[in-house]
Amino acid sequence: MAERRFEIARIPGFATIAVATFVMLYLPIAALVTFSFNEGNSVAVWSGFSLHWYEKAWANQAVKDATVRSLTIAVCAALISTTVATLAAMGTTRRAKFRGETFIYVAINQPLMVPEIVTAVALMILFGMVKQATGYQGLGYLILAHSAFCIPFAYLPIRARLEGMDLSLETAAGDLYATPWQTFRHVTLPLLGPGILAGAMLAFVISLDDVIITEFVKSGGQDTLPTYMLGQLRRTMTPEVNAISTALLGLTVVLLTAFFLLTRKRD
Amino acid sequence: MSSAAEERLRRQSARNGWLLSMPALALLAVAAIGPLAIIVIYSFLTPGQYGNVVWEFSWDGWVSILFTRDIFDGTLGLADAHLTIFWRSVKLSILTTLVAFGLGFPTAWFIATRPAQQRAMWLFLITIPFWTNLLIRTFAIMEVIRAEGVLNTALMWSGIIERPLAIIYTDVAVLIGMAYVYLPLMVLPLFAAIDRFDMRLLEAGYDLYASRWQVLRRVILPIVKPGIVAGSILVFVPSLGAYVTPRVLGGGKNMMIGNFIELQFLAGRNWPLGAALSVTLLVIVTAALLVYVRAANRGSNPHG
Repeated sequence: MAERRFEIARIPGFATIAVATFVMLYLPIAALVTFSFNEGNSVAVWSGFSLHWYEKAWANQAVKDATVRSLTIAVCAALISTTVATLAAMGTTRRAKFRGETFIYVAINQPLMVPEIVTAVALMILFGMVKQATGYQGLGYLILAHSAFCIPFAYLPIRARLEGMDLSLETAAGDLYATPWQTFRHVTLPLLGPGILAGAMLAFVISLDDVIITEFVKSGGQDTLPTYMLGQLRRTMTPEVNAISTALLGLTVVLLTAFFLLTRKRD
Repeated sequence: MSSAAEERLRRQSARNGWLLSMPALALLAVAAIGPLAIIVIYSFLTPGQYGNVVWEFSWDGWVSILFTRDIFDGTLGLADAHLTIFWRSVKLSILTTLVAFGLGFPTAWFIATRPAQQRAMWLFLITIPFWTNLLIRTFAIMEVIRAEGVLNTALMWSGIIERPLAIIYTDVAVLIGMAYVYLPLMVLPLFAAIDRFDMRLLEAGYDLYASRWQVLRRVILPIVKPGIVAGSILVFVPSLGAYVTPRVLGGGKNMMIGNFIELQFLAGRNWPLGAALSVTLLVIVTAALLVYVRAANRGSNPHG
């Protein structure tokens, strides 16, 4: 290697920093996952492989309730946000640009721009009033809030899919006397399917992960998994939190991999 | 087709566009955009004695952002505690952005200069942490830097230090945590900018006897500047509004604006002040995002 070729794009030190960055990015997550299998109750000293923190978390009624609540909210929020996002995506793509289109686009993406803490206190005040006026304390508030902030996450992949779709199939269906509804049901929807599924999965993941808005909107005893974990901070940390995190992490990675496979098909 | 018919079709299409978007807009109006108006109203009300508000107009919420009223003679003085929190938020957000850039630029450059078939894999490795739960990533970094954590255990085991480093519950811990969780937001726009960069410009630079440093400083950085602006704002904005990371790693003592806002809404505190702080944060963030949109638009026509 004495005569190393002069590589144009090489900047000394950059590769080292980059590799170090990747290591730093994954090391903490790797440690978190590793110590969830620790036999002892330390999250830093390894004392042998065991699954008993998973068993312990699973046997914990509070964790079970929080899991069911998290999944209920995430499923409802994903269904609602994906439905309205699909309609909105149909309304804002593949037609002549109309007055107010930019407004709709900005409004839909608004949850991405406002700091979550601001939305959280705003919802706390509003839902607090409604709770007092109606006496209803159920999961509805959380589902409503989650559905709203999941909309842009569902909307963007669906919109991307629609923009890449060929209009001629639908024109052909129209030429063959299909009604607009038949065209939508038998042509557009099947073609749009992967985009809708991708949007729904993203919305599901985002809802499942939410901490701040949930923390402020929930009524007493309505912990989801993330707010339960945040509540555990006041106690001594045991690998039980690692076990819950690892399970949640596993679910997220599976869904995201599926998401990437679904959206990659276009090219 | 006559132009009248065309006009009718166009109007019908616009109406359908609005109708289809209505359910989404209604949901957002009820549970995302609408409530922000309440925050604005609340910032002009009088604080109630046990939290909440009294429906009487008052500037106090806004005044008390910067000033406190002396309990004895009623004169206004600068609220030092508030200024400390604002300064910490701004300082930590700027430092987070700098650290993220220092690590993110070489990383983005590294990814963009990989052979084409490897690039997707490296990008995927950046995207996975980006989409994983922020709380989980904060926990992960906490377990590394806490007193009995992985870092201290390893350093003491190897004999480099004798007593654990006190990192957790300091500003440094919050900085490390925020740089860790927001790093992907820096790398992704930087990669997008570098990916469009024409590597032949480097050849031109070297042909003209530029050193590597000169090429970096005079050729690369000016051209990828929109990506730098975009990445910096994408890191700075969530840092400024951060709540989870300072709460977990700052331990309640090292508050940032987000935690300070929460504090005002706890029982017996000052809701109008919390509302005024929220509006302020919202305005700053919106201004930063407008700069971002302009930078992103400039970035989309290469070398323009």
